[in-house]
Amino acid sequence: MSSILDRNKARAAWWFLAPAMILLGLFFVLPVAAGILLSLTDFDIYAVANPGAARFVGLGNFRHLLGDATFWKAVANTLQFVLIGGPLSLATSLGAALLLNAKLVRMRSLFRTIYFAPVVTTLVSVAIVWRYLYHPRYGLFNFILGLVGIGPVDWLGDPHWAMPSIILLAVWKNFGYNMLIFVAGLQVIPQELYEAAAIDGAGYWRRFRHITLPGLAPTFLFVSVTTMIGFFQLFAEPYVMTQGGPLGATRSMVLFMYEEGFRWWRMGMASAVAVVLLLITLVGTLVQLRWVRRDT
Amino acid sequence: MKKRGINTVLLHAALLVGAAVTLMPLVWMVAASFMAPGEANSLPPRLLPAHPTLQNFVLLFTRLDIMRNFVNSAIVTVLATVLSVLVNSLAGYAFAKLPFRGRETLFKTLAGALVVPAQVGMLPLFLLLRELGLVNSYAGVLVPYLASIFGIFLIRQYALSVPDELLDAARLEGAGEFAVFRLVALPVIKPILVTMAAFTFLSAWNDFMWPLIILSDSGMYTLPVALANLVGEHVQDTELMMAGSLLTILPALVVFLIFQRTYVQGIMSGGVKG
Repeated sequence: MSSILDRNKARAAWWFLAPAMILLGLFFVLPVAAGILLSLTDFDIYAVANPGAARFVGLGNFRHLLGDATFWKAVANTLQFVLIGGPLSLATSLGAALLLNAKLVRMRSLFRTIYFAPVVTTLVSVAIVWRYLYHPRYGLFNFILGLVGIGPVDWLGDPHWAMPSIILLAVWKNFGYNMLIFVAGLQVIPQELYEAAAIDGAGYWRRFRHITLPGLAPTFLFVSVTTMIGFFQLFAEPYVMTQGGPLGATRSMVLFMYEEGFRWWRMGMASAVAVVLLLITLVGTLVQLRWVRRDT
Repeated sequence: MKKRGINTVLLHAALLVGAAVTLMPLVWMVAASFMAPGEANSLPPRLLPAHPTLQNFVLLFTRLDIMRNFVNSAIVTVLATVLSVLVNSLAGYAFAKLPFRGRETLFKTLAGALVVPAQVGMLPLFLLLRELGLVNSYAGVLVPYLASIFGIFLIRQYALSVPDELLDAARLEGAGEFAVFRLVALPVIKPILVTMAAFTFLSAWNDFMWPLIILSDSGMYTLPVALANLVGEHVQDTELMMAGSLLTILPALVVFLIFQRTYVQGIMSGGVKG
């Protein structure tokens, strides 16, 4: 009796899973596999018209990229965005979460809503808004800095400032998401630990260092991996704000891939860029997982 | 006691400064969208329009015909939301409540796939959809939003809490597996489906890169793509661009405010257990 029931369940499971698995297979797994194959071909504008014209070139695209200064610049820009923007974003999220989670806070949910609002805004829209806020002459940022005697800064026009400007926008746009996850993590830490530490006379900083941070360790792993994966895919901000300029200072790997693939139709080369992005993302994830495992 | 009072003041001062900094770009956008042409480029910068005007919005809806783009966005987003809730709730429920051989392996494979950037598949997906004649169509935009690994995980996590006894009771009464799902499980997991719907709505409404790739005709553009296109020609028209930005953000913000509670809970539960 029960084995018939189990068999029925197993058979039903496949019917329930079929739509999702077929869609994922057809529109995710298959394209990703094809993308890896495409990176080994010279698929270009002629092949777009006639796919038979594409030839297998082995690792030729990757060899070409190794010698391409534009590609290396895009890798460096992306790493700058991930390695500076990511931690900065996490620190802001944690700071906001600690403030929100403080016992004395009134109107907690109002502040939470305000801090979270940028997350649900449309990236293209806010990138345009910030483009005007960064205006060297009329922008609000330079005006405010001018009040305290700083600047003016040519935010998006100066190659040294352009990527930091995009990082600031990304931190503003994203910190609310991880803030919520940190708040959830903070609420799981047993209150008795803090009470015991307070009786022992531990100050705020020591409680933070020895109770809060270790208590948040699993949360940290989750947010830092997901944030890193997201930050590696930087695209809309430079597309809308700088078109990758000035002097290629904000051309990310995905923007470079987009230009190669959909502007110049060098789809083999563009796929090679995507594969490199995949490999870097994989390595970054494994490093973080390994790091945590060694610590615990 | 006194120290506590000072701490309360400092804490709220910090929260208020944070809130002001967070809101400032959005407040300025709203203000500038109601300004007359050129007013947003005055010194010192204005935070309120001198004579609020709707002319930027009028221009968007008349000469720039942005209603088409609004409708495109609405169609794609609503279809994506309905279909993805359907597809992912079935799969999430199966992973939670219907044991089958290979379930753990399949689940772990999907978890691993979360690391793969969607961009790796975008070029072949474009070529595939071109073969299918779906470039520059709603279906073409929609396709990647339908099945979501994240969504399946979210629903599975919640569906685990559906009591097996409840499902078995329905089975003993002769209900088929689909009836068990529809009549017993679905009402229980409804809250997470609302969360999932809000997630899908917001990500489909706000998405940029894929619609940019797959849509070639400006009459088919979704709002974000139309906006990015518009800023190319109208970069000098700050007030007009702010009106367009506000128009694009507003539906997302409204949906978020309506579903805020369930949306926020979805994020918080995903992070801690995930």
